[in-house]
Amino acid sequence: MTPLLEVRDLSVTFPTSRGTIRPVDGLSFTLERGQTLALVGESGSGKSLTGLAILRLVPPPGAIAPASVVRLGDHVLTDLDERAMRAVRGGRIGMVFQDPMTSLNPVFTAGAQIAEAVRAHRRMSGREARARATALLEEVGIPDPVRRLDDYPHQLSGGMRQRVMIAIALAAEPELLIADEPTTALDVTVQAQILELLDGLRSRRGMSVLLITHDLGVVAGRADHVAVMYAGQIVESAPTDRLFAAPAHPYTQGLFASIPKLEGQRGRLTPIQGVVPPPDAWPDGCRFAPRCAFRFEKSEEPPPLLPAGPAHLARCWLHAEGRP
Amino acid sequence: MSAPLLVVNGLVKHYRSGGFLSPAAPPVRAVDGVSFEIGRGETLGLVGESGCGKSSVGRTLLRLQEPTSGSATLDGVEIFTMQPDALRAMRRRMQMIFQDPYGSLNPRMRIGDAIAEGIRIHRLATGAAVGERVSALLAEVGLDAGYATRYPHEFSGGQRQRIGIARALAVEPALIVCDEPVSALDVSVQAQVLNLLADLQAQRGLSYLFIAHDLAVVRQIAQRIAVMYLGRIVESGPVDAVLAEPRHPYTVALRSAVPEPDPTRHGGRIVLAGDPPSPASPPPGCPFHTRCFHPSRSERCRTERPELRAVGAQLVACHYAEITPLVEVAT
Repeated sequence: MTPLLEVRDLSVTFPTSRGTIRPVDGLSFTLERGQTLALVGESGSGKSLTGLAILRLVPPPGAIAPASVVRLGDHVLTDLDERAMRAVRGGRIGMVFQDPMTSLNPVFTAGAQIAEAVRAHRRMSGREARARATALLEEVGIPDPVRRLDDYPHQLSGGMRQRVMIAIALAAEPELLIADEPTTALDVTVQAQILELLDGLRSRRGMSVLLITHDLGVVAGRADHVAVMYAGQIVESAPTDRLFAAPAHPYTQGLFASIPKLEGQRGRLTPIQGVVPPPDAWPDGCRFAPRCAFRFEKSEEPPPLLPAGPAHLARCWLHAEGRP
Repeated sequence: MSAPLLVVNGLVKHYRSGGFLSPAAPPVRAVDGVSFEIGRGETLGLVGESGCGKSSVGRTLLRLQEPTSGSATLDGVEIFTMQPDALRAMRRRMQMIFQDPYGSLNPRMRIGDAIAEGIRIHRLATGAAVGERVSALLAEVGLDAGYATRYPHEFSGGQRQRIGIARALAVEPALIVCDEPVSALDVSVQAQVLNLLADLQAQRGLSYLFIAHDLAVVRQIAQRIAVMYLGRIVESGPVDAVLAEPRHPYTVALRSAVPEPDPTRHGGRIVLAGDPPSPASPPPGCPFHTRCFHPSRSERCRTERPELRAVGAQLVACHYAEITPLVEVAT
């Protein structure tokens, strides 16, 4: 079976006074139907821009590089005209962003905004749209949905707002949901609710989820596959259990060593040295080399993604053939 | 044992809600009777979700906001009745660092001047000695002494937090109130700042009131922990005891909700229903009873408010704290 989403050699360019930068640089990955792929990275890794690029929503003057290919099912999104692309957004692809307060319109009720999303992609009467909105609110676990339809965003809690956003994203029964830091602004107990909800929706609807997050904890046990991004590139890609059991890239290993744990020995953390360089100062060779404890002569050359185990790739010369 | 550095007793902070049009609105009970102590060289982690009142506790201790009632003593001296002169002297002993160091630094002030401000106000040095102290402070927090002439916008989030720490250290405080100091930082930088705070504590014998929402971060830095819910402490004690065997159902839920980077630990996750009630109209009885899942919960929880009492190694505000089938559920 062909994957639902295929991203091949996706690059995003931005012109700057000091030349063109590529905050997303040659990304390739696939996402199977009914699966969750997590795109993990710290600020400036290019993970959010990747989500926007799939939707062709890169803010100008940024642009998607000509060689990039994004395919959803049998459609090549990178070839569609803007009109066709508009039908894909919110249609075949639903979107959920970090801050529901800025994504919801404060002067319309939750019900009106869900109904609008429903009717944008399917012809139906106002009454039918309202019934559909009620059903969607119920599906995303909002108690007393009929009453909540008439609430304005400011009357809802952060968790409720995010549920409304998810209801809007689901309105046209998308095949793919792109969730960019969907729980980052929420408290942990509410975050747990939303993650359970997304997982339940994925399995009930057979939807695919692209989960964009900075939090490896959110990924554990939720995603089928993880791609770790650093400086615009995927530096490691593996099935989730495999990534957590045997991280292969020194950056991923450094991330794990940086995270305080709730159990086990309490020791000093071993953080990654330094900070992520800005896109106009990325090294020519391995982009992580300046912060890497394992760098060696070969790090002067840019490493490709090299096999590091079953379905496991790492962009690191330590995994080149002939090395122990 | 020496006397604790900070003693807080029955701290209450209510905010008037409503306004001109609805003057009769009930007050928001942000902090509703909080008591704790912090020893010298000790870190107390104050944990809770947004709106639980944890930040209000820190702000009232520094008198950035006036408390509604209660008492707090630093070195045995009452803070809440201090007159301006005494207050200024107190702020030399107690400093604060914030979540957003960018918002707490004047964008038009060179960071060297920002750090020197406290030194000058408290006359800790004059002339060239001020610059020397600034250089030493920058070095102590891991920044280049040459950065003193730069402006805040030239720094990354992690560097700004280091500047905020240097600024707090400038007046040689005994206690630093840290309000979510690492929650806006990327994990790799967060670890650097946590290590720095631990090193400074070891070298200077500092005490921290470490306010955070992240239990794992608090476990990393604190010796003792206090968990707040709706303006009250519901459980407190040594951090290892509270996290290994939480006795209040809210602590159990909070602990189980933490997204841990370990796919093997996922069975029996407790997902609390609903949101916390509004602190403007807290429920009668136990503030947690509307979301409680304790198997022994009863009518008593809806009518009688449980007070903190000693159970095991910790203090717990739950009528049924002796019964802990909850831990089995969580693992």
